[in-house]
Amino acid sequence: MQELEILSLLEENARLSMREIADATGVEEEKVKKIVEELEKRGVLLAYRAVVNWEKAGVEKVCALIDVKITPEREHGYDSVASRIMRFPEVKSLYLVSGTYDLSVLVEGRSMREVASFVAEKLAPLQNVTSTTTHFVLKKYKEAGVMLYDGEELRRLAVSP
Amino acid sequence: MNMRGKIAGRVAEVPPSGIRRFFELVQGVEGVISLGVGEPDFVTPWHIREACIYSLEKGYTMYTSNYGMPELREELSRAISRRYGVDYSPENELLVTVGVSEAFDLAIRALVDPGDEVLIPEPCYVSYVPCTVFAGGKPVSVPTSAEEGFRVSAESIEERITERSKVLVLCYPNNPTGATLRRKELEEIAEVVVEHELVVITDELYDRLTYSGKHVAFPSLNGMKEYCVYLNGFSKSYAMTGWRIGYAAGCAEVIEAMMKIHQYAMLCAPVMSQMAALEALRRGDGAVESMRRAYDRRRRLIVKRLREVGLECFEPEGAFYVFPSVRSTGMSSEEFAERLLREQKVAVVPGNAFGSSGEGHVRMAYATSLESINEAMDRIERFLRR
Repeated sequence: MQELEILSLLEENARLSMREIADATGVEEEKVKKIVEELEKRGVLLAYRAVVNWEKAGVEKVCALIDVKITPEREHGYDSVASRIMRFPEVKSLYLVSGTYDLSVLVEGRSMREVASFVAEKLAPLQNVTSTTTHFVLKKYKEAGVMLYDGEELRRLAVSP
Repeated sequence: MNMRGKIAGRVAEVPPSGIRRFFELVQGVEGVISLGVGEPDFVTPWHIREACIYSLEKGYTMYTSNYGMPELREELSRAISRRYGVDYSPENELLVTVGVSEAFDLAIRALVDPGDEVLIPEPCYVSYVPCTVFAGGKPVSVPTSAEEGFRVSAESIEERITERSKVLVLCYPNNPTGATLRRKELEEIAEVVVEHELVVITDELYDRLTYSGKHVAFPSLNGMKEYCVYLNGFSKSYAMTGWRIGYAAGCAEVIEAMMKIHQYAMLCAPVMSQMAALEALRRGDGAVESMRRAYDRRRRLIVKRLREVGLECFEPEGAFYVFPSVRSTGMSSEEFAERLLREQKVAVVPGNAFGSSGEGHVRMAYATSLESINEAMDRIERFLRR
């Protein structure tokens, strides 16, 4: 229970200090530290990262969602192909999905050419990959649960009954 | 013409609201962190807003039944029955109102004749006394204190009963103190109610926001349904304050009387708010629970920090308020609140705005982010060190 409460706090805001978590959950600070270390060790807590709107920072990045069809391997199924694909640093996320294709790959690069050449030179030629369909991202609206535009303001009065 | 002389006496005699005065004071100050807000810091869950938008697209813009839309009353009846095991008929025992504020006013006006006494445990929500006075009733305050956890006791109610006593107002979980009542205490009160044939107006707006133990609805006590008017709404649990939507439940006779006033004064609650409320009842439980958990975290934080800075604070078990004592500072409620605002720009509400037994306390609402609570508490710490 305490674990889940700590995880949901951190998922919302990874910058919370151990003390702030302790205050919000009523668990002692030392114990929070222990639980968090344990969760890191077990691989439940994987990373603490910022959600960045790169466009606003004036940095151009190109993202593409690529549908990949593959022939599964005997004994390994999809895993061995997937583990080759996910090792490329250009690949930001990778999912096995149901439907008309098998893997959904999110690739990020500095330009369209960079992404295109990654697909042409690294991804498509892999053994077992039978086809790829590349969708370039035109605009991001929401990322990792955070809205990039149209945030809502609080419009409360300063004092109310 | 001198309009002032024309204002009805019972309206003129009611002093301006203490909260209103403080609101104006805060308006003039920049960079304020406010713990003075009596409403959630969440925007209404999107699915509820979206349902309202859809209803507008479909053309739901007309009057509804005076009682409120039948579908909404049916859904309310099911929700109360599921949660508390009390059955109210959607036909004639439920009335949809413009917030609990209207429901309270209707209940008082439907029940109180000039001179009738209304027992009101204090500190209490700001509208109970004025509404009673507007209706020609006589408010009788039943003070409670931090020592007894701001729980009103059956004895202290009984001590103030006269032959004119007619109505008892209950509001638990309580605004401004955050106090709740246990089943046993409620049962003792119920005995007094039966013995003296009082009508209870029970305002349970914060019923979904409790942090230790399950809320006990007053009408769910043995035989109490026929002694009480049960008021509730959507403002706090579903973060829907601006929609102004609530309801009253009670025996057909009292609901009919309340509807009589409502149909002439208000006609019906806004249809778009009723459509939103319907969606809230049908699919809003998840959102209520996740907001409740967020408040609970903030409650732990603020109570801990208040105690660290040396302000005595009784642990609130419901709503989203703490009501710490400021007596140790030697300041009155108002002095504390005004100086804290001026010197450290933190807004809190002086406890005496909720009745004289709130003197010596201030109300802090923790319906604000953990960061704001921490920042406010840092400032309060600096304020107290001076």
